[in-house]
Order: sequence, then C-alpha cells, then structure tokens
Amino acid sequence: MAEKKAKYPTEPLKCWEEAKKIRLDYYKNYAYAHDTGGIRWAGGAWSFDAIPAGLGNDVYPITSEPYSASCAFNKDQSIKYLEATEKAGYARDLCAYMRNYWGSILLNDFVFTHQFPDEFKGVKGFPKPDFIWQDHICCSHAKWYQVVSELEGGIPNFTIDVAAGPEAAINDRMIDYLVGQMHDGIEWLEKVTGRKYNDNLLIKAVLNECRATSTWAEICCYNRNIPAPLEEKSMYSLYVLGTLHKSSQVVADFYEKLRDEVKHRAKNGIAAVPNEQCRVMTDTQPPWGFLKIFRYLENKYGCVSIGSLYTFALIGAWEVQEDGTWGPRKTPQQKKITIKDRDTALRVLAEWNLRKPEWQHFYSPHLKTDMMVRIAKEWKLHGVMLHYNRGCEGLSVGIAENRLGIQAAGFPVFIFEGNMGDEREFDEVRTTARMDAFMESLGIKPLQ
Amino acid sequence: MITAGIDMGAKNIKVIILEDGTVKGKALTPAGLDAKVALETAYGAALKDAKVTKADIKHITATGSGREFVDFANDNVSDVTSAARGAVHFYPNAKTVVDVGAEEGRGIRCDKNGKVMDFAVNEKCAAGAGAFTEAMARALELKLEELGPLSLKSTKAVPMNAQCAVFAESEVVSLVHAKTPKADISKAIHDAIADRIISMVRKVGFEDDIVLIGGVAKNVGFVAAMKRGLNKDIKIPTDPEFVSALGAALEAADKVKAGGK
Repeated sequence: MAEKKAKYPTEPLKCWEEAKKIRLDYYKNYAYAHDTGGIRWAGGAWSFDAIPAGLGNDVYPITSEPYSASCAFNKDQSIKYLEATEKAGYARDLCAYMRNYWGSILLNDFVFTHQFPDEFKGVKGFPKPDFIWQDHICCSHAKWYQVVSELEGGIPNFTIDVAAGPEAAINDRMIDYLVGQMHDGIEWLEKVTGRKYNDNLLIKAVLNECRATSTWAEICCYNRNIPAPLEEKSMYSLYVLGTLHKSSQVVADFYEKLRDEVKHRAKNGIAAVPNEQCRVMTDTQPPWGFLKIFRYLENKYGCVSIGSLYTFALIGAWEVQEDGTWGPRKTPQQKKITIKDRDTALRVLAEWNLRKPEWQHFYSPHLKTDMMVRIAKEWKLHGVMLHYNRGCEGLSVGIAENRLGIQAAGFPVFIFEGNMGDEREFDEVRTTARMDAFMESLGIKPLQ
Repeated sequence: MITAGIDMGAKNIKVIILEDGTVKGKALTPAGLDAKVALETAYGAALKDAKVTKADIKHITATGSGREFVDFANDNVSDVTSAARGAVHFYPNAKTVVDVGAEEGRGIRCDKNGKVMDFAVNEKCAAGAGAFTEAMARALELKLEELGPLSLKSTKAVPMNAQCAVFAESEVVSLVHAKTPKADISKAIHDAIADRIISMVRKVGFEDDIVLIGGVAKNVGFVAAMKRGLNKDIKIPTDPEFVSALGAALEAADKVKAGGK
C-alpha cells in the first residue's frame, strides 16, 4: 500500500462559499425576475448571452444544461422528470439534459424548490421565460427549445445557427454569417420585449465574457502544478458559473479572485488531494448523480483528475502561447482593442466563440484527440478516463476514436459507460470495480 | 510458502491453495443466497483438499465481483488483474485473455508478466456472459451441460437476430415452434454469444496467444463458436474457471516474497 499520511498541505478554497452564493443568486434572480419588472430568458449555455444583456440590467437568463445537471444531481427528482418525459412520448435515448428539462416543465416543477425550499418558497411551478435565445450547437439544442416553446404554450424563440468552423477554416464570411444573424436577433429582441437596445451594455457584456473565459483558462493552467491546486469535482462547481452567465461582471470578477487564490495555492504547493500520486483527466460531462466516484479515486488512490477538455474548454478561451503550450486567449482588453460599436462587439463575440476549443470537435474527432493529447502531455498525466456518455450525443461523438488516438500517443485509457443525466444508465459498483482495475494496471497502489 | 486465492464470483466461489507455484488444492462452491456461508464452505473445502490448515496460509488475496466481501483476506485485486496473471502462468506467451463468467465477459491485453495493458468489459449485457447460455438452456428445456455438445451436432446455420438476452429467449421459443432442430438453435445461441464477446474484445485487440478462461470456457459449443468467429487458435487451460483464483494466489505469493506478510 502507499503512504496515506498527507504528502502535501491542503486547505479548502477560501472563495468556495462565494461561488455557491453566486450560483444561488443567479437562480433566484431568474425565478423572481418578474417581481421587480425584470425579464427572464432561457437558452443553452453555449448561446451568446452577451446579446440579451443589451436589453437592460434586469435581464436574467436560465441556461438549460446547468439547470438540467442540477436536476440530475437530485436523483429523486430527476427520475420523476425523466419518466414524465417518457410518458409524454419522448424517446429515452434523447439527450439526458433535455429530458430532465422537459420533465421539469411537464411536471411544472423547479428543481431548486427542493434543494433550497426557503430560498424559493415564493416560486410556484417552473418559472416561464419571456423569450428563448438559443444557438444550434448540436442536434438536440436545435430541437430542445422548439419543444419548450410548445410545452409552454408558445414562447418567442430565436436561434442562431453556428455551423461555421472548425477554427482553422474560420474566415470573414463565416463571421459575417453569425454576425448577420446576431443583428437580426437584436431587432427581434427589441420587438419581442418592447425595449430599446443599449449597445453600451452589449459592449460591456462582450468584454466581461472575454475576461471571464480567458481567466477560467488561466485558472486551469495552474493545474499543471504538482500537486494540482484544484480537483475536477470542485472545478465543476466553479466552471459552472461561466456556463450560467459568462458575460456577467459578477462571474468575470469572481474568476479573477479565484485565479489569484489558485495561483497562490500553486505557488505554495497547496494540494487539492493531499496524497496526490496519480494524475488523470476525464472527458465529457460526468455522471452528475455519482460525483462520488471522484472522491473514491482521491481517497483510495490519491488519484486527482486535473480537469478535462470539457471542464477546461466549454467555458475557457484558449490559444497556443509563444512557447507552444496552451494558455488563456488574450482578451481584446489585453490587446488594447477598443470596441466602439454594435457591429464590432458582435464580430468580437462571434469570433471569440467560434475559436473556443470545445466548439471544434463537432467537426472531427481528430481535432478533439489532438487537444486531449496536448492536455495529457502538458498537465503531465498518468492516464485518461473517458466517460462514454450515453446522455450527450454532441460531446460523445467520436469518443471511441479519441480513445484510440490517446492510446496511440502513449497514454493508458480507461472507459466507463454511463449517462450524465440518467442514473438508470450508470452502474456505480461496476464502474468503481473497473477503476480499481485501471489503477492496478497503472501500478498505483491504494493509500494505506 | 503457501498462499490462497479466492475468486468471489457472481455465481460460484473458487478457491486455490498454492504452494511454491504449484496448485495444492482447490474447491468450487455455488455462491447461493448466503455468500458468507458459501465462502466459509469453499475455503474449508479447499484447505481440506490441500491437506493444510488456515494457520498454514501465509497470505490470502481475494478477487472477483465480491472480493470486498472476503473480510479475512489480506488484500484483494481486481478480476482483470488476477485473470491476466493466472492466464500467463499457464501460457507464458499469452497476450490476449478472454474471461467469460456467469455475469461478465472481459477482454484483457497483457504483457509477458501478466501486467494488464488494456481491458474491456461487457456493459450491463447478459448476452455476453454465462447467464445468456443458462437462459437459453432453460428456453430449450435442456440441462446447461447438454447445450454445448448439442450445438456440435448442428447441420444448418440459423441466424439469431436478437442482440439482447431477453429478446433472444423469445426468438428461441419462436424457432422451437417453427420446428427448427434444437442442435441448430444451440449453435446459433453459441454463435451469438461468441459474436458479442469477440466484438467486445476487439476494443482491446486480439494478439496471439489468445487464452480463454472462466466457467463458460468449459462449454464446447462456445469454444467452437469462438474459434469459428476468430478463425484463430485459442488456448484453454485445464479448469478454466479457476484461473482467476490462481492469479490471485500468485499475487498473494508475490506479496509474501516482497515482504508484505
């Protein structure tokens, strides 16, 4: 057995409670928006949330995937939502997030009323959005809010098609394609809400988004450190703020504060896992109802998951640095670019998002393999754990190819089947048994 | 130096008593509903077979799906590790180990020392494990041990369309009603399970020597189907159902040599 006496100092994150508060406030703001004359809208976490920000300071989104992940985390409620969706005739092999979300609407139930009954006691049923603002990041997203609109008796719905990539192919025509739709979208927002659009708010939101997403990438870079200052289970609770509202000042400011704390931890060798002896990364969303598997690896083997392409790059904005390694993308602010008008703001926003790493692998699994191998090398990993996630066609596409590519690059790979949002498709006992086998194959002994 | 390996399988408990690399005794007991009693029975039977006592055993390593249950073991290893280790003991050139038990099928790539390089396991699918043949034997109203030999008498290939054990049982019933000879149905059943296993093991790749272990390796019909499907030679040790227990006993011996106990 390996030594269990703590190898590295460790301590909880100082800004953890602040992160939790930001998340709670986000959902409260959405739920209670109408009480103060505000607007609420719904859309995917990939949507261009900087754009509705131009409608005013009292505009509150709910992003679909994080909400659905919260549903999945509450297994008792999730099964009710999933079964409601199935009873309504929707196939069980559809996106698990989508099924949880639809079920929540079908049952007219807001999941946070269960987890935080006092905070949400004024909320009756699922708070209906005033409009839907979406983009076609995957097939499921394309249909998701069409169904939501129908289920809710017809909600105005605007969707931007974003099939313009991959990054190496991006040109002005592709950016024009997105920007043209964005301009149309703003006109539509004015009609639907009756509000005059404020370009200054848009510019501020775009700059916040660039700042937030670049800073998140910077935070992830500190996990190159041995020991890693963060572990992935906690990272999920931190990166989610960017999936909720990446263009908000609150999130951008918080990430800078978090960055400073993580930098301090990396500099002083403060570990997330005090007996770190093995480093891995994962892929795709985790099985949200079973995040304990991360603690299983940490506590039994001192195995830390330093993150994943998903955790790093769903929110993070990355680029290749001068030394050839991956690092945070330079923001317009850092490049001293001033955004003065709506069109420039939209162009910056479109290109910033089109170049995001997590947007690339929809075009080819080889692009994803390259990025994952880069992470495995630069973050000095022992192996890779791939979640063959039945709940997400978008992020699982090509994952078997990724496995082959990562193995060919010399990294051992462990696969486990599951579902990010449907607990019926994850076998905790069998998965942990296979984790044991993987650790044995890596020569990692259990901690004493 | 005497060590013990206990394989707490889903259906059967297998115990090997090993002395200086040689099997001194063994026992197999159905796990049944009271696994604790079955474990004590199996361990006692193996000690008796080896003519040794508990005090003679220097180190016990458990393996199998129920390995955490063996509270008197010194440690445990995964069934993937023990299967590879045991297979290489019998066939030093083993590179691919196919382990098919009652509830799980596994494909393992290993090196010459039995170190696991990669592995694949069937996921919640009875059609890739012994439970499938048991269900099909019931559907054909045959004893399990009759199913394999009967398949060797088949004269005609009958495709089995169902991918799932539940639907396959229904399909078998339909074939019986259509007066399809039982021998042909039996062959189709074994081809179906072999197809599942081969497809799974392809994830890790086949490299000679290929060694087949686990209880289902005793089924001659399954072995014939695997050879047909792979078109390769397959090595099968004597007592294939004991290979993982042996692997665990070898791991135990390594621990003793390394000063673990």
